[in-house]
Amino acid sequence: MSLLHLAIISPFLFAIFVPFVFKYFRQLHTGWFVLILPVLLFIYFFSFISITSAEETVTKTISWIPSLGIDFTVKVDGLALLFALLITGIGSLVVLYSVYYLQKDKEQLNNFYVYLLLFMGAMLGVVLSDNLIVLYTFWEFTSFSSFLLIGYWYKREKSRYGAQKSMLITVFGGLSMLGGIILLYLMTGTFSMAEIIQQTNGIITHHLFIPAMLCILLGALTKSAQFPFHIWLPDAMEAPTPVSAYLHSATMVKAGIYLVARMSPVFAETALWVWLVAGFGIITLFWGSFSAVKQTDLKGILAFSTISQLGMIMTLLGIGGAALHFDSVKDSYYTVATVAAVFHLINHATFKGALFMVVGIVDHETGTRDIRKLGGLMPFMPITFTVAIIGTFSMAGLPPFNGFLSKEMFFTAMVRVLNMDILNMETIGILFPVIAWIASIFTFVYSMIIVFKTFTGKLQPEKLKKKPHEAPIGMLISPIVLASLVLAIGFFPNVLANTIIAPAVAAIMPDFTVDVHISFWHGFTPELLMTFGVIAIGFLLYKTYPKWRAVYKIFPEKLSLNHLYDDALTNTERGSRRLTNSILTGSSRTYLLYLFVFFIIMLGSTLFIKDAFTFNTSNISSIHIAEVILAVGICIVAISILFVKSRLTSIILLGAVGYSVSLFFVIYRAPDLALTQLVIETISVALFLLCFYHLPKLKKREERISFKLTNALISVGVGAIVILIGLSAHSNKLFESISHYYIENTYKEAAGKNMVNVILVDFRGLDTMFEITVLAIAAIGIFGLIKLRQQGGKKTENK
Amino acid sequence: MEFLMSIIVGIIFMAATYLLLSKSLLRVIVGTAVLSHGVHLLLLTMGGLKKGAPPILKEGLTSYVDPLPQALILTAIVIAFGVTSFLLVMAFRAFQELRTDDMDQMRGNDQHE
Repeated sequence: MSLLHLAIISPFLFAIFVPFVFKYFRQLHTGWFVLILPVLLFIYFFSFISITSAEETVTKTISWIPSLGIDFTVKVDGLALLFALLITGIGSLVVLYSVYYLQKDKEQLNNFYVYLLLFMGAMLGVVLSDNLIVLYTFWEFTSFSSFLLIGYWYKREKSRYGAQKSMLITVFGGLSMLGGIILLYLMTGTFSMAEIIQQTNGIITHHLFIPAMLCILLGALTKSAQFPFHIWLPDAMEAPTPVSAYLHSATMVKAGIYLVARMSPVFAETALWVWLVAGFGIITLFWGSFSAVKQTDLKGILAFSTISQLGMIMTLLGIGGAALHFDSVKDSYYTVATVAAVFHLINHATFKGALFMVVGIVDHETGTRDIRKLGGLMPFMPITFTVAIIGTFSMAGLPPFNGFLSKEMFFTAMVRVLNMDILNMETIGILFPVIAWIASIFTFVYSMIIVFKTFTGKLQPEKLKKKPHEAPIGMLISPIVLASLVLAIGFFPNVLANTIIAPAVAAIMPDFTVDVHISFWHGFTPELLMTFGVIAIGFLLYKTYPKWRAVYKIFPEKLSLNHLYDDALTNTERGSRRLTNSILTGSSRTYLLYLFVFFIIMLGSTLFIKDAFTFNTSNISSIHIAEVILAVGICIVAISILFVKSRLTSIILLGAVGYSVSLFFVIYRAPDLALTQLVIETISVALFLLCFYHLPKLKKREERISFKLTNALISVGVGAIVILIGLSAHSNKLFESISHYYIENTYKEAAGKNMVNVILVDFRGLDTMFEITVLAIAAIGIFGLIKLRQQGGKKTENK
Repeated sequence: MEFLMSIIVGIIFMAATYLLLSKSLLRVIVGTAVLSHGVHLLLLTMGGLKKGAPPILKEGLTSYVDPLPQALILTAIVIAFGVTSFLLVMAFRAFQELRTDDMDQMRGNDQHE
């Protein structure tokens, strides 16, 4: 086991110790103990930068299930390292923040940190695994630990609802992804990502290629909360704020982004991939930013803003994939989109993490997150306000923050879409920059709402639960660090360019040499004009928001995706309950009907489809008059059982059938059978009469069985099938009986003259032994039925 | 003769099926008993009804009826008897406890499983 494997497993190992620390060191906030790990991991991963910036990768393998080609292979390249640094870096800050956010004597800290560590380990596993099955394993671990974290306050109804919703949607996508992985395996014969990328050219025309792409894309879209699967993310905001900051802005929701980036070398050469990824991304971008404006809960705004920003990164990855599609364009004309995606990924993690923490602080210090109750907090919380303004301005894409730079690159990429010539891009492609621009305006509006509705205006002390004041310094450290990063990246973007962004882009596009240079000033380009437009119109819209907010009421609540999801859920439940209730009636007659109908349909259709019915008279014995009379007699008796009025008569007729059968045995030379049948029939009839005697007089319904057409039809069908099978089975004698052996050897080998008895006790004695057992069990069972009574929950003996 | 026997067996099966589908528990049990008769006759018929001596070894005889189906039927008769008598006693007990032999009234409900 290498140190890299240990790095992935260490959060799981650490999680084992958390409950002990929580129990035995009550004075210490458990978070301090947990904090050690992500910090160490961050330092460890930081040391890889020198390796990856030289465009080298580190690969370490442990055998797991070698016979199935599943090995725990860890591979560090630029993309994996970027994510690992985000996970551990923001992980450290979130743990630090949570130490001050969660109170140690009121919360179940052991649960919280165990779940958080599980999540951290799973996430590291997702980004560092080269084997797709291992990746999938960790992927489901992230869904699972996220479920636990969302439902952390499990006594709240809404937490449970949100946790269930996110679980259902992400696991749905995860399973589809597993399907995609298996399809990839069928095409390439390997689970290793690196090997699959090498075989890309060979599989691109394979008929499973498109299904595999769609399955994997579905996994990525659900995890990254893309339209229309974004609905789980706003409900996941019931989780504690550190969780929202960590999982639902910086890390887990980017697992889908990671997957798309990782899979780009495999799939991006097809136009469909470019279209789907970019198309879903741009719809999500617009819908997220549009919906964010109408939210009144700060975390709700941030949730939709996360959705929208993830859509933006997704769009960029799709457009970046176009570079692989057009082989002729080898310059960095489209790769700028990939660079922008990676850059914005980092930027979003920094400012969104900071904003969630800010919201957490506001919630913590005032007792509400509702923007209608908040306002005028600036004088009380100057530091929080500063962080908030840095975060939101960066999110809105204003200079000099890092969001400005990535938004400019985003616009550049969008404008370049116009020059693509796949599927008439000149006409449809114009939508990309236009939608992107409109979405950016909405982004500007909600960013302004977050900061100005919360911190400026009039304070409404009567609506707040607590008297507002500045947060403790410990709680402010993490957002301050993130805000400083926002500024630092904004001013010195090229520090990241060659160390982190370039290796990551190289991992997404292995065949390209991309020159990453992020310039602050492009000159007067269309992008800059678009940004001016965003600011101008955004400002106007923000100021006039109360006048046009009625727009949101145009869409009826009934048509919303959440409503659709809830309806689908209740209808599935109701539908399956109805189905179960209608099929499983509890009446044994219904079940018998199913059985017989199935019997008739299956055997009847097989007989005729296979053309198995034959009629061959060569092998039959002659007919005697005595047999015919007996045959007619038994038929009359059997049928008349159905029509008799009294039960007594039916029992007597049953006895008649039995005695006729024994007469048949006599005719067909079976003395032992005739003997047994006579005795047993007598006993059976006696038993039947015994039961009959015990029926009470009142309940005795001496009436005809109510004639039922279905019963008649079914029973005629069964009889007909049995006749057909009997006839054709007899007409197809395939080989001779093995009974010659018994006839020849019954005296020689077994010293008996009665062949039937010798077969029963000698040749096939085992049958007889278990037949005796059956009788013994029946006798014991009958004894138990009569003797042991259950009355009033107590066993009493019947004397 | 085998064809005639196949038809008889089919008619017995038909009667048994009809009884099995009825409401009264006693009739269901009668149905199972009739069904077992049908099965035994089917076994005998499919073994072949060629004439020959009974399967008891005797000097100077070479043609016997097939002993194997007879052994199988004998086993089946005994097992069917065991099961039928158990069913009967169970029906008797069910009637004692529930005061009904109507299959529809015996079915469970959501409250009591």
